[in-house]
Amino acid sequence: MLNNFVVPDLYPAAPEIFLLLMSFLVLFVDLIFGATRRWMAAMLTVITLIGCAAITLVTSDGQTTLTFSNMFVDDLLSDFLKLMTYLAVIMMLIYSRQYMADRGLDKGEFYVLVLYATMGMMVMISAANFLTMYLGLELMSLSLYGLVAIDRDSTRGTEAAMKYFVLGALASGLLLYGMSMIYGATGTLEIGGVAQVLYEGQAERPVLVFGLVFLLAGVAFKLGLVPFHMWIPDVYHGAPTAVTMFIGSAPKLAAFAMALRLLVYALLGLAADWQKMLLIMAVLSIGLGNLAAIAQTNIKRMLAYSAISHMGYMVLGLMSGVVGGQVDAFTAVNAYSSSLYYTVAYVLMSLGAFGMVLLLSRAGYEAENLDDFKGLNKRSPWFAAMMLIIMFSMAGIPFFIGFFAKFAVLLAAIKAGYTAVAVVAVMFSLVGAFFYLRVVKLMYFDNPVDSAPITAGLDFRVLLSLNGLAVAAFGLFPDAVMMICTTTLTRSL
Amino acid sequence: MISLSHYLILAAILFAIGTVGIFLNRKNLIVLLMAIELMLLAVNINFVAFSHYLNDLSGQLFVFFILVVAAAESGIGLAILVVLFRNLSSIDVEDIESLKG
Repeated sequence: MLNNFVVPDLYPAAPEIFLLLMSFLVLFVDLIFGATRRWMAAMLTVITLIGCAAITLVTSDGQTTLTFSNMFVDDLLSDFLKLMTYLAVIMMLIYSRQYMADRGLDKGEFYVLVLYATMGMMVMISAANFLTMYLGLELMSLSLYGLVAIDRDSTRGTEAAMKYFVLGALASGLLLYGMSMIYGATGTLEIGGVAQVLYEGQAERPVLVFGLVFLLAGVAFKLGLVPFHMWIPDVYHGAPTAVTMFIGSAPKLAAFAMALRLLVYALLGLAADWQKMLLIMAVLSIGLGNLAAIAQTNIKRMLAYSAISHMGYMVLGLMSGVVGGQVDAFTAVNAYSSSLYYTVAYVLMSLGAFGMVLLLSRAGYEAENLDDFKGLNKRSPWFAAMMLIIMFSMAGIPFFIGFFAKFAVLLAAIKAGYTAVAVVAVMFSLVGAFFYLRVVKLMYFDNPVDSAPITAGLDFRVLLSLNGLAVAAFGLFPDAVMMICTTTLTRSL
Repeated sequence: MISLSHYLILAAILFAIGTVGIFLNRKNLIVLLMAIELMLLAVNINFVAFSHYLNDLSGQLFVFFILVVAAAESGIGLAILVVLFRNLSSIDVEDIESLKG
């Protein structure tokens, strides 16, 4: 049998292979220089990600290529999502440098775990088989559990890690059980194969739907949709802010890819079933996320509930792809690209919002309460304006990127006939505007409680300014990003 | 004769015990780790049973990967547990309560 072995085409997986090799180098460099020159591991990590981006760009030919016995796919969607992931991780690394150094947490483990988590996301994004999806998911999750507990002496951090671990393991259990049922019904683990069997209509429907429920529970957990959202507030609150920023940004892209690959690429034949389930979860997430965020005094918890509601809005697009049991390519691409657009926009806003929390924190002080934002306009008018842009954008006020993202998903939902749902979503976004605007009110109309000067480095200030301005600029030219999302999906679906 | 459905029912029962164990357990975190392990092993029974009856090896291949990942997962779970015990001096589920809201 062994003489039948063919070396797989490694070319589509080049970014992953490069990242893996470089992660060994980071470990090695940290071993030798970790005690004296800590910046080397950080620098090398950023260089790795830039290298990955270069490889992804160079090898991107717009074709869909399968490799490793149809387990791994390289298409335009994976290239786009991977590039966004690298960008989010690089921004996170620059934002978190000072914060982690102040707390003595900028050890080699941090960078290596970030790299492995990124690799897990890349594998998830490129998964073409349930096995690859599971392995990527676990690689990402296991690294994230470690990252949450990276501050070993913090009770809150370790407690959050424990909760994340238990609920994350439960979610992978549910996902696996769902996968096993779908495997049993279709006889294949390949995403394309499952779609083929469903198309031919030979599989037993009750078994499939039974499996789908579990599969969807696993996906909803990773996205943080109600009723699988319990971990989000605690993990966001307990983890070090830099890690919270990481969890709140790039993994959302991977979770979106996972939802798209499992639900759309594999189980489009069951769209009528999963769309209804997603609909319920979307409405509950939007409602609970926006209402619970009002009661928070801790900004990390507030942003956690805001994340839940944002994922609810994102799902509005995912559930609008198939109307009346008819798969229409145009409607589907429009709906899914509005979700993709929402995810990208949310990641950009989330990075900016947590960047502001990091900006106000300093050695020995965590600026995680809403009161820490009081009178920010008097301390730094420029960064108060950046926070204003980000909060307005998250609230969905025109003309920022968040408005057009909400507009796109709501339009998709209305086109699919979910007018009542869209009305409810808009009503709750008005409720949501209250707590976003409360931050603005605290910044501009209250007196500072804490008047320490802002000490962030130049790189941090430039990046945060660019981030805030990007949220505003993409709001002025929303078509550019939307075009990219639509083209990506048109050529990958 | 043991049929496919016998295996599936066994796996479903084990999976349910594991899931219920996570939610009902209010005492010890180690029991939680055991419940998680039970869930994953129940899935393995499912995969092996389907794989046998479908005459398709990929299900059994998946089981190997699940076993390896489950081992890594318990490793990380126990490591977090040790760190938590150092901070709290307790592994009671009820003592994990500093994060609320």
